Amino acid sequence: MMSFSKVAKQLTLGVSFSTLLFTLSQAQAEETIKVGVLHSLSGTMAISETTLKDTMLMLIEEQNKKGGLLGKKLEAVVVDPASNWPLFAEKARELLTKDKVAAIFGCWTSVSRKSVLPVIEELNGVLFYPVQYEGEESSKNVFYTGAAPNQQAIPAVDYLMNDLKVKRWVLAGTDYVYPRTTNKILEAYLKAKGVDKKDIMINYTPFGHSDWQSIVADIKKFGSTGKKTAVVSTINGDANVPFYKELGNQGVSAEEIPVVAFSVGEEELSGIDTKPLVGHLAAWNYFMSVDTTKNAAFINQWHEYIKNPKRVTNDPMEAHYIGFNMWVKAVEKAGSVDPDAVQKAIIGVEFPNLTGGVSKMLPNHHISKPVLIGEIQDDGQFATVWQTNKVVDGDAWSDFLPESKPIIADWTAPINCGNYNTKTKKCSGQKF
Amino acid sequence: MRIAQLTQDKTGATVLGVLSAVTLIIPLFNLLFPVDSFLHFSAYTVSLLGKYLTFALLALSLDLVWGYAGILALGQGAFFALGGYAMGMYLMRQIGALGVYGNPLLPDFMVFLNWQELPWYWHGFDHFGFALLMVLLVPGTLAFVFGWLAFRSRVTGVYLSIITQALTYALLLAFFRNEMGFGGNNGLTDFKTLLGFNIQSEGTRSVLFLLSGLSLIGAYLLSQWIVSSKLGRVVTAIRDQEARVRFLGYRVEMFKLWIFVYAAMLSGIAGALYVPQVGIINPSEFSPLNSLEIVIWVAVGGRGTLYGAIIGAVLVNYAKTVLTGLLPEIWLFSLGAIFVIVTLWLPKGVVGLWQSRLQERAA
Amino acid sequence: MSLSSLSPLGKALLFILMFLSTSFVVRAEGDVFAQSLNKLAQGGMQEREQAMLEMAETKHARSLLVLQALLDGKLLSLKSDGKLVIGVEQAEGYQLKDALTDSDLGLVERSNVAKITMTNKLRGTLRKALGQLELSAENPEIRLAAVKAMAKDADAKDIELLKNRLNQEPNVKVKEAIETLLLLDNMRSTDRELRLHALQALQALDNVEVVNRLETMLEKDADGNFLESDLEIRQKAELALKKIGQRKQVYSAIETLFFGLSLGAVLVLAAIGLAITFGVMGVINMAHGELMMLGAYTTYVIQQLMPNHLGWSLLLAIPSAFVIAGLTGIAIERGIIRFLYGRPLETLLATFGVSLFLQQTVRSIFSPLNRSVATPEWMSGSWQYNEFLSITWNRLYILIFCLVVFVLLLELLKRTRLGLEVRAVAQNRTMAKAIGIPTARVDALTFGLGSGIAGVAGVALSQITNVGPNLGQAYIVDSFMVVVFGGVGNLFGTLVAGFSLGIANKFLEPYAGAVLAKILVLVFIILFIQKRPRGLFPQKGRAAEA
Repeated sequence: MMSFSKVAKQLTLGVSFSTLLFTLSQAQAEETIKVGVLHSLSGTMAISETTLKDTMLMLIEEQNKKGGLLGKKLEAVVVDPASNWPLFAEKARELLTKDKVAAIFGCWTSVSRKSVLPVIEELNGVLFYPVQYEGEESSKNVFYTGAAPNQQAIPAVDYLMNDLKVKRWVLAGTDYVYPRTTNKILEAYLKAKGVDKKDIMINYTPFGHSDWQSIVADIKKFGSTGKKTAVVSTINGDANVPFYKELGNQGVSAEEIPVVAFSVGEEELSGIDTKPLVGHLAAWNYFMSVDTTKNAAFINQWHEYIKNPKRVTNDPMEAHYIGFNMWVKAVEKAGSVDPDAVQKAIIGVEFPNLTGGVSKMLPNHHISKPVLIGEIQDDGQFATVWQTNKVVDGDAWSDFLPESKPIIADWTAPINCGNYNTKTKKCSGQKF
Repeated sequence: MRIAQLTQDKTGATVLGVLSAVTLIIPLFNLLFPVDSFLHFSAYTVSLLGKYLTFALLALSLDLVWGYAGILALGQGAFFALGGYAMGMYLMRQIGALGVYGNPLLPDFMVFLNWQELPWYWHGFDHFGFALLMVLLVPGTLAFVFGWLAFRSRVTGVYLSIITQALTYALLLAFFRNEMGFGGNNGLTDFKTLLGFNIQSEGTRSVLFLLSGLSLIGAYLLSQWIVSSKLGRVVTAIRDQEARVRFLGYRVEMFKLWIFVYAAMLSGIAGALYVPQVGIINPSEFSPLNSLEIVIWVAVGGRGTLYGAIIGAVLVNYAKTVLTGLLPEIWLFSLGAIFVIVTLWLPKGVVGLWQSRLQERAA
Repeated sequence: MSLSSLSPLGKALLFILMFLSTSFVVRAEGDVFAQSLNKLAQGGMQEREQAMLEMAETKHARSLLVLQALLDGKLLSLKSDGKLVIGVEQAEGYQLKDALTDSDLGLVERSNVAKITMTNKLRGTLRKALGQLELSAENPEIRLAAVKAMAKDADAKDIELLKNRLNQEPNVKVKEAIETLLLLDNMRSTDRELRLHALQALQALDNVEVVNRLETMLEKDADGNFLESDLEIRQKAELALKKIGQRKQVYSAIETLFFGLSLGAVLVLAAIGLAITFGVMGVINMAHGELMMLGAYTTYVIQQLMPNHLGWSLLLAIPSAFVIAGLTGIAIERGIIRFLYGRPLETLLATFGVSLFLQQTVRSIFSPLNRSVATPEWMSGSWQYNEFLSITWNRLYILIFCLVVFVLLLELLKRTRLGLEVRAVAQNRTMAKAIGIPTARVDALTFGLGSGIAGVAGVALSQITNVGPNLGQAYIVDSFMVVVFGGVGNLFGTLVAGFSLGIANKFLEPYAGAVLAKILVLVFIILFIQKRPRGLFPQKGRAAEA
């Protein structure tokens, strides 16, 4: 029998040898282009973000099969910011300084983006942000591939107003910046369209709100006046299930009071008993059910990669798909991964989206996308009931907020500014 | 009082030594050596270590309350966050007209939500001195009011723990509300300058790091002096036998209150140093889970030793940094395992393990 | 011209003509039916709407059947040839029947058929089109729905239909609904007496449509004139509104009370397991939430195992969740907590570690996504007392379930040997040991019991909220609040605390909003503990000092 110390020695030897190997393989890996993936894999946001991490790994693998980028292989660097906002900043710094990634794909919540923003700007990185958000931002270093309010909220309201003849509005949201801003914009928009103040009800609830009894009862009362009523929901992920369940149980049907949601996609639906939701609406730039060959190929690829034919695809995944491919094209165009060169090259880059159109990176770092409105079916998919006939340009600064109306973003010469005030001809607060 | 007494024992002296060395060497090297030198510490390392130092200070403050006065406060994070918000408000006001909308008075988040004027409680925060005062006063006052009520009515044990948790939870919900005027869920961010210095520059970062280190050393020495003074010994006695101390004629609640307020102020300072280095303060700092984590840092390090808290905070956070990068998918397993192992086999924390080693060697 | 005045020949001719025309009509209807069926299968949304209307127009025997199937989502198309079929879902796939001919097509796998998609607009049109047909349906609930669908904008044709229906309607509720509708129609009449009469009758009704109608009568038009010109009628309408309003207020108070009770029931369920592990044993069990999560996941797994018996799977989930969470609890106690007795604060640390571990385990096994747990038919929907007061079934069941669990637990502690031992150990561990109670075993069982109840609570939670890895965290803080507010170690206190916090929250919510209500409740707890440092029902005796 070997003595304990001998075993220990052997172990140490083994460990040091493997470390050596590890360092060697590290040295060999020098020739790759690194891509940072900054999505929470634990904590409250893991629900949504884990899928995006997998999407990125799939896209990178695919690109490597095609021969990589600039003759080099791509290498994904995955970290877990654990749904902790300051940790996002720390991890972004780690990715940029320690791992020296060429670009970061990541973040979901606005606060996580706000948290990494100073770091990305300081270190001149490139961040692709794939989620619909409130707008009112355009950074030199960030590319917003999700929807701005004018690519989601406003078309949805138009649809309700024109096609469903909605006269009374409930704006229900979780109390954070995205719903607050979106509802501010919508309120201004509705008033501009002649909707009376007493026909708008605004309600905010805390994160993860699970007891919707009183609020649904209020909505029911509000909607019982005989005028057609609809709910515009900016309720955040987790609170949706109990909300829809309560709606169903209190007998509020989609025909009477339809709910149009901006944060409920295929993935959220896969975790819900969809029975009470059938007929309610969602507005996105992509639905899994869209029938195009590109989309079919993407879904196929996803199922093969994740080895589960039941997994769904969703809008932020498409955003990463577009964003990643635009980045690849821009790098090829620029001939390097240098952030300044890429930032310059990417503006104007076009790439076909999965719904049959072509998206373009605009000078304001947002992209053009079609807007689709779909009704939830009992299989957890959306049936498209309305869509824009061409792509809509993302608007960073809303025209319906008085303070942001004069502001535009344009990252091309001569303006070269994310918040150029057309009135004062000034670009305040930029460090560049 | 001699220095030796202040450092408690050998381990304490070692910790203090390492701490002082780190505090001085990192900023010094960064000033002396060029950016590409081997001896130059990257901004990543500096800000990371700086964060650890503020966490260590926070852990130290909790150790005073928990390890010495026996009050298991599950809401220490609230004082930290309040200090952070006070500093954040100052930094927000410093942005001035540099915000994206160019509004000289209102922070950006108020502008796009259509606020017309600055809420009254934001006034004064454009003066650094006032902000500093608030960093101490806001957590201090809250601790005073809360402690005065709680200790006077002899709320103890788990009841006290849970209502401190309720306190931080209520604050969490309150700060989430956009109507409160603290930026809601996004909190305060996108800071530009501190006392006129660019907050992202190397120099500012080094100075902030130096300040964090010095505050920690200062707080450690001061706290050490307090706990070894007569007052400190009464506090420890309350922890061990509250009723007996009361019967001896001491006003138990006053001693408790004193140490509670002092610790809250230390937490406030930690928060104020944390915010400019991390670049964001938002309500999640109030979350009960965060406060629980602080308790865990102290427990891992070893409570009732002050330097144990420092070691624990640095260790746990270092483990978190490494594990979230190395094992992003399963790091929670290892973190969970560490907590279980520490409580089962290291009841006195890492420091206890170290000391029993020393004793074995001596024997 | 009457038939009798015709000559026999004429009669015969007419007969032939009639026969021909009807048979022609029948054949034509069959054609139209087949055609529109075709359109339904292939066309876009607009053609689909048209096809539906056409189909409703034809009096073809199968049209109602097909349209009803469409509304219920049972109308499918075969992927092979696009033929429309009506399918009944079964475990192995769909049992199919040809939509056109009703011939049996046998069992087909799910992937071979596609559902005919519907939108809200289509559904609305269809319901209205079906309304007239449905008025004579056999199921009274369908008839009631049909009447209500007409209420929105009933035209003269509808009124005629309803008047005819009223006499043959056997169901009281449907009859009432028709009468209300007719009364509302009377209000439109030009006969003043009739209107006053209708108004008199209407003020006794608790009906939303009535309120709306009366309110519009009191509105002014653009020129500032009342929409209702008759002063007396206006005054009467105002009075009626006031009367209905008073009743409405009472109902709404009852509703809020129920909301509060049901929120309280959830809180009590979440806290009651903790009241045992934390209250009785003094273990600050941070993994309590994760034990609830285990219960919820158990529900999910059982539902996956028996997808066709939703109701039974839920009932089966209750004991299973109890066992699984209970065994996990015993494992935690034997593996970790038993080394920590006398160090309650350290249990916090260790169980926090356990909670991280359990969360990540679930995340690794079931993915971080939420899982979908279906609600059985008998738990969805609500019990409608009248239009102002309805009580949702799931909440009602949870309230009852909570009380049952509570009573069972109380009885268990009061009447069984185990209960006696648990109480003895809780009151004085050393003394209990001295008189021969196997404290180690009792500890394990007590912790298992508390954990098992947490699992059972998880089953209930799976019916109202997300089933995901974060489920536990959402309830842990609230659970501790409830236990402490009620008084540690006092089960009855937990019950009272849970219900009073729930009710307080719900009565505050309309005034303060959901967030502020919660903050106020928390502040209240903090202040209350100052007044009564040991909760609502302080524990007496030796254990209180520990």
